[in-house]
Amino acid sequence: MSAALTLRDVRKNFGPTAIIRGLELEITQGERHAIIGPNGAGKSTMFHLISGRIGVTSGSIELKGQEITGLAPYEINRRGLSRSFQVTNIFPKLSVFENIRCGVLWSLGYKYSFWRFVDRLRDANERAEQVLDLIGLGARRETPAGILTYAEQRALEIGITIAGGADVIMLDEPTAGMSNTETEQAVALIRKVSEGRTLVMVEHDMSVVFGLADRISVLVYGQIIATGTPMEIRANKAVREAYLGEEAH
Amino acid sequence: MLQLITFSTLNGVLYGMLLFMMASGLTLIFSMMGVLNFAHASFYMIGAYFGFEISRRIGFWPGFIVAPLLVGVVGALIERYGLRRVHKFGHVAELLFTFGLAFVIEELVNMIWGKLPVDYRVPPSLDFVAFRLFDTTYPAYRMFMLATAIAMFAFLILVLKRTRVGLIIQASLTHPNMVAMLGHDVPTVFMAVFGVGAALAGLAGVIAGPALVTQPAMAALLGPILFVVIVVGGLGSLGGAFVASLLIGLVQTFAVAINGSLKDVMGPVATTIFGELGGVTLAQIAPLLPYLMLVLVLIFKPTGLFGNRES
Amino acid sequence: MSETIRTTIAFALFAIALALAPVVFPSGLALTMMSLMGVMIIFALSYNMLLGQTGLLSFGHAVYYGLGGFCAAHAMNYVARNKLGVPLPAIPIVGAVAGLFFGALLGAVSTRRAGTVFSMISLGIGELVAAFAGIQRSFFGGEDGIATNRVKLAPFFGYKFGPQIQVYYLIAFWCFVCVALMYMLTRTPFGRMCNAVRDNPERAEFVGYSTQRVRFQAFMLSAMFAGVAGALAAINFELMNSQAIGAGTSGQVLLMTFVGGIGHFFGPILGAMLITFLQISLSDITKAWMLYFGLLFILVVMFAPGGIAGFLSIHQPLLRNGRIFKLAPSYLMASVPLVALVLGMIALIEMAHHMLVEAASDGAKMRLFGLAFDGASPLPWLVAAALFFGGAFGLKLVWPRIDEAWAVAQAEGKKA
Repeated sequence: MSAALTLRDVRKNFGPTAIIRGLELEITQGERHAIIGPNGAGKSTMFHLISGRIGVTSGSIELKGQEITGLAPYEINRRGLSRSFQVTNIFPKLSVFENIRCGVLWSLGYKYSFWRFVDRLRDANERAEQVLDLIGLGARRETPAGILTYAEQRALEIGITIAGGADVIMLDEPTAGMSNTETEQAVALIRKVSEGRTLVMVEHDMSVVFGLADRISVLVYGQIIATGTPMEIRANKAVREAYLGEEAH
Repeated sequence: MLQLITFSTLNGVLYGMLLFMMASGLTLIFSMMGVLNFAHASFYMIGAYFGFEISRRIGFWPGFIVAPLLVGVVGALIERYGLRRVHKFGHVAELLFTFGLAFVIEELVNMIWGKLPVDYRVPPSLDFVAFRLFDTTYPAYRMFMLATAIAMFAFLILVLKRTRVGLIIQASLTHPNMVAMLGHDVPTVFMAVFGVGAALAGLAGVIAGPALVTQPAMAALLGPILFVVIVVGGLGSLGGAFVASLLIGLVQTFAVAINGSLKDVMGPVATTIFGELGGVTLAQIAPLLPYLMLVLVLIFKPTGLFGNRES
Repeated sequence: MSETIRTTIAFALFAIALALAPVVFPSGLALTMMSLMGVMIIFALSYNMLLGQTGLLSFGHAVYYGLGGFCAAHAMNYVARNKLGVPLPAIPIVGAVAGLFFGALLGAVSTRRAGTVFSMISLGIGELVAAFAGIQRSFFGGEDGIATNRVKLAPFFGYKFGPQIQVYYLIAFWCFVCVALMYMLTRTPFGRMCNAVRDNPERAEFVGYSTQRVRFQAFMLSAMFAGVAGALAAINFELMNSQAIGAGTSGQVLLMTFVGGIGHFFGPILGAMLITFLQISLSDITKAWMLYFGLLFILVVMFAPGGIAGFLSIHQPLLRNGRIFKLAPSYLMASVPLVALVLGMIALIEMAHHMLVEAASDGAKMRLFGLAFDGASPLPWLVAAALFFGGAFGLKLVWPRIDEAWAVAQAEGKKA
């Protein structure tokens, strides 16, 4: 299996403080990979570095064998990596359908086109409809995204992320702040949308992590201390000491 | 030449200090409230008109004290009953509110005092020659303006460094979102900062009125320059505003004083190369320079010379 | 009814309205006013492409209007001088090209940033160009401006565009074309991404779009339409001066667009029509019309940030299910103190102006609302103050009732 994402000695300093201290990680194509770790370990920073939201201090990041270090977020997205955000990040004044369609447009090659009507783009609209059904927001089609419930907004967040058909998908705490039933629905949704793609996910809910992930990496203090299957991680002594021990209450 | 340099430097510093009296308030308001106050120069204008109105009825000195206080009250009221209402609609709405306010204040001044400049005079007690250098005299009133500006500057530093309020303000300069978490009555602090900023601008107006021209266009002429100052200096940086004030004060004064054109330097060749622009004097270009600086700074260093915030 | 059909009907009605307006209002003043309205509609809509659609608050949009106008004026003079066969209706294309050119040139620097930095750069560029216009005399014509004569161009199917009515139809034609084009732009992938960039620039970057490129493209197209408006202004007035390029004009287009409502496509159209109407009809009656204009703007910012269009669209669902009549009594009740407040305020402002500025030369006698009185006597002041404060107090009293009725009507509107 070839690698979907490869991180080599990635470092990030904010001023004198080193937040990410030499990340080495290889994510295989088609796997569901979860990143866990205590608060402040640098999980979100790692996502920001990979997706191009902030630049690395040193090191290199490859997406499907292509160097993407230092590229702008939109350039990385065009190469097939799409991400969601921990804090809901949608287009609040646009309708749910428009939100999804915005996620579709570039991938179908419509770019900055101002000479065709968006309502007549059959492929874009069909794709948006499919995603809408997939995330279960068909009934809220015309609602402005800003007034959806929190769980609906989280679902929409995932919908925008997968709409463009990227083959590497990164979800940042997709179930944070959800009730148990909402979490179950979200897990089912994530399982559905990640089929046939590579999924990288930051998640705090261990039942979600161990139920969903093929492999898990543990990030502590800016470094990955272990990578392995859920079984291996559960058995790993260093991980238990550094992290799971305190969380398994 | 030495004469020109000496007097241009003096005038440039003076103009720069005047700018800083306004820019400091504008910077404080922006740092704490996130509002780029378009109407700040309008407070300067109101200060000049209040000073004029009081000085012709009672005298210059009562106006010097009372007019800035009145302007401060007006500013506080505007914050309390206008700006605070708009706050919930976001920064664009606040910017638009102050934009409309500047418009309304100019028209109100037009309606009350007329479109022509008013006769706001230097008080007799300050109407003498301060010193004579290379056969040129320098008026005492200008020295008085300079002294006032420096006194105000010292006062500002004292407040910022030595008082509790000053500490809060300093904290808000570096951590704009933290003030609310300190447990202070934020709306009242906002109102006070807006009022004090307005009063400082008012004071600048009171002392600048007699030396420059007190007219309804004075706010519109100065307002954009103020933005140049705080953007070039770096949004939220008092030190940056100070340097930028002096810089722009000096650049403009010298550009007017030197008054040469490309033609003077290069000879008639200039006209063949640059067309009619070759004959344009530096003095004519002077009003253009601040905006050129603004655009260049924003393109190459959007945080300004000393700032670390973009918006 | 499908959206396409509704839009088609709306545009058909718009075309008919443009065509019939001179029949309904044939007076010279009305023609002048409607011609200017057509120009301002294009200008305001082009501005809203930035503010309402893309979320860019510009303080220097008049630059592209003015440059479009100056280029058009020079083009007209050039065509007339060299007896080229270009007819007048083609001149706005010159304005469009000029707007597009300068939009690309200056937009490349100003759209690299969004938010406050963009606003400041637009202000800086606006002041820069205005100051430059004062120096560069051969192109901008100094204080006199550049005069032109539209009749000197080649006739267009026999029309020479001397009479205002012909100019009106020329403007109306271009107005229709530009409004239709700008509307269509909002329905394209690019238009949607403008909205996306306005709502959440960060997310737009993560769905594959360069926000800078979206802003730049919006800026260029907006400048192009502003250029058309400027060219039509040059045709209409046969004169361009540096005022058209300055901060005043930039402020005016911001005000009319916002008062009309930036959240709806038709908002700026309403704003442009209303403000132009007020401008022309009030400027003869009172010297304070700019003040009223500014106060109106502040009130809209404070109480109705959606502008006129926003206010109307809130009431639309109520109108459809008839609930609007529940509001009518409350609105009627509020209108009494509101009218008193406005009348009192106008009286105070006008009297103050008369007594402070004009009484010295014209004496204290003045006329207001058709009444003649002595501005120095206390009675009119008392009446005005009573109206003003009584109105304010009354409005405060009835306000809770309006709020209540409003909440009820809205809740029922949702149910329906």
